[in-house]
Amino acid sequence: MSQYSEQVRHVCSLGALQSVLAIDRAVPILHAGPGCGQKLWGALGFQNGCQGSGYVGGHSVPCTNIGEKEVIFGGDDRLKEIVGNSLKIIDADLFVILTGCTSDIVGDDTGEVARRFQEQGKPVIYAETGGFKGTNLFGHELVVDAIIDQYLKPANNVEPGLINIWSVVPYQDPFWVGNLKEIESLIAQLGLTPNVIFGPGPEKGLEALGKVPKAQLNLLISPWVGLKNVQHLEEKFNTPYLHYPVLPIGPTETAKFLRTVGQNAGVEEKRIEKVIQKNEAEYYYYIERSADVLLETRLLPRRFITIADSFYALGISKFLINDLGLLPEKQYITDGVSEEYQDSITAQFKNFADGITADVVFNSDGGAIHEDIRKIKFRSRPLILGSAWDRVLSDEVNGYQLSVSMPVSDRLALNRSYVGYQGALRLVEDIYSIVLSDFQ
Amino acid sequence: MSINLNISEVAIRENRLGSVTGYQGSIKELAAQASSCSLKNKERCFSQSSACSSGCAQGYLSRIVDAAIVVHAPIGCAADSVYSNTQNKWGEKVRNWKHRNINVINTNMVEEDTVFGAVAKLKEAVREAYRRFNPKAIFVTTSCVSGIIGEDITSVLDELEEEIPIPLAPVFCEGFKSKIWASGFDAAFHAILTKIVKPPQRKTNKVNMINFSGSARKQIVETLARFGLEPVFVAPYSTVEELSKMSESAATISICGTLGSYIGNGLEEHYGVPYVKTLQPHGIVGMDSWLRGLGAVTGKEQEVEAYIREEKEKIASDLVEIREKLQGHTAVVGMGPSFGHNYIRTIQELGIKVIWGATWHFDPQYDNGKTPASTELLASQEVDIPVSVGDQQNYELLNLLNRLKPDLYVARHGGSTVWATKLGIPSVMVADEFSAFGYQGLIDFGYRLSDALTNRSLAKNLSSRVKMPYTDWWMAQDSFIFLENEVV
Repeated sequence: MSQYSEQVRHVCSLGALQSVLAIDRAVPILHAGPGCGQKLWGALGFQNGCQGSGYVGGHSVPCTNIGEKEVIFGGDDRLKEIVGNSLKIIDADLFVILTGCTSDIVGDDTGEVARRFQEQGKPVIYAETGGFKGTNLFGHELVVDAIIDQYLKPANNVEPGLINIWSVVPYQDPFWVGNLKEIESLIAQLGLTPNVIFGPGPEKGLEALGKVPKAQLNLLISPWVGLKNVQHLEEKFNTPYLHYPVLPIGPTETAKFLRTVGQNAGVEEKRIEKVIQKNEAEYYYYIERSADVLLETRLLPRRFITIADSFYALGISKFLINDLGLLPEKQYITDGVSEEYQDSITAQFKNFADGITADVVFNSDGGAIHEDIRKIKFRSRPLILGSAWDRVLSDEVNGYQLSVSMPVSDRLALNRSYVGYQGALRLVEDIYSIVLSDFQ
Repeated sequence: MSINLNISEVAIRENRLGSVTGYQGSIKELAAQASSCSLKNKERCFSQSSACSSGCAQGYLSRIVDAAIVVHAPIGCAADSVYSNTQNKWGEKVRNWKHRNINVINTNMVEEDTVFGAVAKLKEAVREAYRRFNPKAIFVTTSCVSGIIGEDITSVLDELEEEIPIPLAPVFCEGFKSKIWASGFDAAFHAILTKIVKPPQRKTNKVNMINFSGSARKQIVETLARFGLEPVFVAPYSTVEELSKMSESAATISICGTLGSYIGNGLEEHYGVPYVKTLQPHGIVGMDSWLRGLGAVTGKEQEVEAYIREEKEKIASDLVEIREKLQGHTAVVGMGPSFGHNYIRTIQELGIKVIWGATWHFDPQYDNGKTPASTELLASQEVDIPVSVGDQQNYELLNLLNRLKPDLYVARHGGSTVWATKLGIPSVMVADEFSAFGYQGLIDFGYRLSDALTNRSLAKNLSSRVKMPYTDWWMAQDSFIFLENEVV
């Protein structure tokens, strides 16, 4: 992570409280300061596609609101009291204690508190997510690991065709609900049974979690987040995993994705190709029609920059280069990717159609990124796919800007998806609506 | 009560003013306990995520146009800068200014920093903030982590002042220290008072107008011009230079008693700038009181009376009309203490019966040692009003609203009205601090309430389809069973 950082584009480990909220009937219990929940929810939720508090988020999340007393005398007793009363007051089926910086520094024995409740048969688990430990993407992995270790039970059998889906990080990605639905739909089209944990619906959440150990495959669609989790699942339940590092956006990458998953899961080649053909035909129907405006208005941006987390930086680059014929300027990846994953992500940026490559910068410091971009000599109006922080910069460099990566405070996101064939169409609509509305 | 500018850290509200976050009773009892110094806080054995001082301090200071903030904390503590940036753009829009991003750098404290300290990192971040933003002042805000590991921020900044030729102000706002997030406003104003404000060179006709986004800016400029006065909007959207001259102003007024107490009384005590300690200017009675207070300290009593007469005449017929529409309705209010106690009165002026007032904390006294005027006025009314104090504890509030079933819930602070709406209660969020500002503001606000009552479909539909996150057991309990007596 950067030494210092301007323009928050991810938060701290405790931000994983939002991952708990993305599981139907699960509730986080924060063992943290009074302001942590509000700040993290504000940035990841409210100011990011206007994702709201939902069932039990925002100011409804139980929290010990650690004060001076707990800092001096320890917070175990306070935590016990809050967990005990949460079980009485909050209508939920899984309670996940998440620690903040303060309790981790003063050394509260949160595990012991959780175990006490577990011994009484209460659905209480815990993860130590003190903010200084890392990003919320890292925190998301901690939460999933805590669920694997403390909640999941081994299965007696493997259900053929059942595929667990692990991908975008809920709330960090403002379009996570739509994206997961789209991935779900693609996998189902292959004749497989997708098992999605995060998001709305009675078949998701705890019911989906219950099915995780009996899946045929853990499918991870992510540049790096979640890799530790699927490896952990393999160790624990012997479930193999498939790591697909690119968020598939558009026909080229989605076809590749469907073939990779289909072959790995033993789907007949004919079926895979049929799915691809059907989707491509639909996709190109729209693209063919829009080709007039894309090509003939002279407004088509030729060059683009992404300032985004690794999901979108990579996924969008693949789409814009391989499918839409745009050229990359520098690509900035802001989700605090640790060094162990940087090389494999960089390699993906060296592998586009027609031998095109893109320079990649890993940096969470938006101020430094903006300084860097100001030095680029643009020969046409660039397209900047970033966050709300980049609107000011885009004005400075006379760009077209679309917020796709946290914080997306300038858009309302409901069920929009940027994944697959449908998602690619949405992205084209959004980009060119900005281009067209810019001069009208 | 005295404001000490020789120390780098101001005491939190609990210790300085005896402020509380746990109370249930009536407004008359509350006022009586406040004036007899017998008010005791109560803790809760269940709580939900509230808010902290650093959010208030950072959010407030980051909108000073030519200052920079260094947040000495793990990155999550700077998460509020996302909201602040959006807020800042709102205020820029009001002023027709070009957008900028707020100047906030975070030291990104990580695990090893909690062991070895991060003073070197902090120095680098302050130098970088100076290089990047070319600010006229840098505020360094603390965090739970920097506080617990004992970072000596004052010394670091003293050292750096030798190489960086602008004020470098520490702002002590560790989240764990106070349950009252408004302590963060005091921390911000203490930094401004100690590091930015200069002794007066002369006296001016300026009036320090303490506020947030300043949407009523144009109206205030025009109103004060009639009294030969000129507002300086503090602190968001002001410059460091403007703030440094607050000591030269003819008076200080505030949109919010909670917000204004420390800076207003501090400027009065140290530089003789009179602070108007009347009701706040919400509704008719509030505006009368506030303007007369300003008139009294600036010698503009006659001009003020003329203005009040004119404005009241302008709204007279509208007031009758809106009162007729709203008469007989009931409301519950949930806000910070100054807004809460002022809005109860304001809503009453519209003919609505306020059946409960919840405030997010309560100050039994301000920094002048006196009970807030808004509280005293409510307590002096014939009808006593049930009140409670809680740091935005939704479970308590939702249980209460479910029992009281008011026609309206009127709240300030995000994350409150949404829950009341889910209960089927039409709710109005007072996000803009000038929502019921003075005479015309009262009328506009009345129509806003009336609109909320006229079409209740969103609240009705939501409540019939979404489930509240509380157990049936909890919803059947008394709202305040988790409020326990103070142990200490």
